[in-house]
Amino acid sequence: MDSALLVHRIHFAFTITFHYLFPQLTMGLAPLIVVLKTLALRRQDEIYNQAARFWAKIFAINFLMGVVTGIPMEFQFGTNWSHFSRYAGGVIGQTLAMEGMFSFFLESAFLGLFLYGEKRLGPRGHWWSAVAVFLGSWLSGYFIIATDAWMQHPVGYFKAPDGSLQLSSFWALLMNPWALWQYAHNMSGAVITGAIVMAAVGAFYLLWGKFEAHGRIFVRTGVIAGLIFSVLQLFPTGDGQGRMIALHQPVTLAAMEALFVGQSGAPLIILGQPNVDERKIDNPVEVPQALSFLTYRAWKANVQGLDSFPPDLWPQNIALLYYSYHIMVGLGTFFIAIMLVAVFLLWREKLFSARWMLWILLLALPFPYIANTAGWMTAELGRQPWLVYGLMRTADGYSKMVSAGNGMFTLLGFLGMYTVLGILFLFLVQREIDHGPTATPISQH
Amino acid sequence: METVWFMIIALMIAAYAVLDGFDLGAGAIYFGAARTADDRRKILRAIGPVWDGNEVWLVAAGGTLYFAFPLLYASSFSGFYLPLMMVLWLLMLRGIGIELRAHLENPVWVGFFDLVFCGSSVLLAIFFGAALGNVVRGVPLGADGYFFEPLWTNFRVGANTGILDWYTVLTGVIALVTLTAHGALYIAVKTENELNQRVRSVALWAWRLQLILTIVGLIATCYVRPMVLDNYKQHAIGYLIPLVVFGSLGTMIYAIRKELDKLAFVGSALYIVAMLVGAAFALYPVVLPASTDPAYNLTIYNTAAARHGLTVGLTWWIIAMILALAYFTFLFRMFRGKVRLEGEGY
Repeated sequence: MDSALLVHRIHFAFTITFHYLFPQLTMGLAPLIVVLKTLALRRQDEIYNQAARFWAKIFAINFLMGVVTGIPMEFQFGTNWSHFSRYAGGVIGQTLAMEGMFSFFLESAFLGLFLYGEKRLGPRGHWWSAVAVFLGSWLSGYFIIATDAWMQHPVGYFKAPDGSLQLSSFWALLMNPWALWQYAHNMSGAVITGAIVMAAVGAFYLLWGKFEAHGRIFVRTGVIAGLIFSVLQLFPTGDGQGRMIALHQPVTLAAMEALFVGQSGAPLIILGQPNVDERKIDNPVEVPQALSFLTYRAWKANVQGLDSFPPDLWPQNIALLYYSYHIMVGLGTFFIAIMLVAVFLLWREKLFSARWMLWILLLALPFPYIANTAGWMTAELGRQPWLVYGLMRTADGYSKMVSAGNGMFTLLGFLGMYTVLGILFLFLVQREIDHGPTATPISQH
Repeated sequence: METVWFMIIALMIAAYAVLDGFDLGAGAIYFGAARTADDRRKILRAIGPVWDGNEVWLVAAGGTLYFAFPLLYASSFSGFYLPLMMVLWLLMLRGIGIELRAHLENPVWVGFFDLVFCGSSVLLAIFFGAALGNVVRGVPLGADGYFFEPLWTNFRVGANTGILDWYTVLTGVIALVTLTAHGALYIAVKTENELNQRVRSVALWAWRLQLILTIVGLIATCYVRPMVLDNYKQHAIGYLIPLVVFGSLGTMIYAIRKELDKLAFVGSALYIVAMLVGAAFALYPVVLPASTDPAYNLTIYNTAAARHGLTVGLTWWIIAMILALAYFTFLFRMFRGKVRLEGEGY
């Protein structure tokens, strides 16, 4: 592979993967904070306000990390992927510009009010500022998903005489069916992160024996939201997303499932290692005919395998794609299982004393991050070898003027910078958790 | 339609320069003006609730540029690859400098982030000025509309330019001095007593340099790129712009002397807008001149997105802008008035 291409790909992949660790919590916590603020208003109980204020502090640190790691993403479309931008900017410039104009202004203006304006706004005004931050962050998510969805399944464009793609239908771009499913699936995944983080911190307090009243609120809110959204993650959103792939990217589906040979009544691989050289699965554990059913709702339906497509249309890294997808699905199933047990215990009023379950909730903390990352890797590796599906190959999209050496220099710079940011983030969040929800709020500056 | 978007983007960049300019300037004067820990907290409190919103103007202007002139975005961002990446790193450092310093009360921690905040603010002001200098001077564009500039070559202006040469260093310094005055005047509006007096004297000194450098900069620009006068010769109305520049400088000094801080800040904002509008007026319809061959100039016509997209965009852009102005009016009203340290503040 051309080394400049590889450097630019890793550059984007690394910066976006690190970046998305933060927005998933921002978007996941925002609605949960609205829930806490609503409970505070309804029940007139100060403890919910303390709970909301505590999460607002973590939200603020997390949001800051999301902002500072997010600015490079927009820049990289121009700096590292300039041929792609020249080719597709006439279409996706719409959604990227709309993100800045509609959501960032909303989010940044009201975040300042939400964090620093509780006294000036009063309880109702403060509730509204929390809602505005929630809307801003979710709107931002939509425009980004619409951009990615267009790259996965381009719609609403025409080819201009100079060879670039230009917008022909604004509503087709915004209402791309791929975007609707992907958005639902992605946002549900973000709420799972928010819910598990909240439940894990609550479990930590209960196991520690401090701030237990708050800990119970966190665990209760976290596991209820966690159950609802981990079920939604599977059905209908995951299912809908999967059928989009089956419809528009059948070769991607075949690679995700490592289905080398097309067949009717195709099995679903639960475990096993794809052996790309010999085009088979080593050591498979499979459910007969399940893939046919899940894809086409018929046990005997024919599913196309990789053999139906020329190899230069195959995603290049089939093994990584297969493992990403299976890790995502496996973790999604695990979340449903633990949340079912936790909610059952909550209903029987045993959850807060079931230390083993609290330990499970605490240790679950990293897994939603892994699942969300693996999900995005499935989406992006599955799109290969295309940058814009069926229209532009990834190898044609990077900045030809920026050498591999320059790309490597800035990649190393980001690696160093992000290591420091990650350490600072963990240190500061750990301090907030340590101080607990009853700590006097730190003065803003 | 291309012209409309050219004006919109010029105005968004001007809005960014005026808004984020004052908090960059507040960072630049941070150590010079603030003698005590309380002074430093007051300066940060004056910009705390608004800096992030101000910075969004940069992201929004960038996104709008990408949408309206994709080729310009592609060419300039990849051509200015190295300095842009450094701008990104500085923006990151500055963001964490402002937001993280108050998390610990340890004086070394606070001092470290103060240094990060001040240093990154100074460097960003210089980088933004140098970027504008590069755009006015021109870059070595090829026939395919792309270029790549090293950080510096021989510090001379010519065909084989780097990001830094004597001219772009000059524009960088002008930007730093301008934003120093601008930031000092904003802090003057937001503070009282001793700190208020001190930032006003910083503004006075910066103003003197600003006046000299404005004249030097205008002469240098006409020397480096004589074509900048073409549009002015054809449309005499353009000469109003330098009049506004010097009028706003006059307003600033009058208001600083009379201790009318708000008027002085408005004068400084007007100066920034007039300088940027002057540059945009001189360039139009070119958006990135070629130092190699004028035939390779990037203009609003050869870089714009197709007509339908631009038309649709105008509709949502106007809606979004009305909403954004509403939020920001509300935000600045909520946090209006002088900053004080007693109590939890807001």
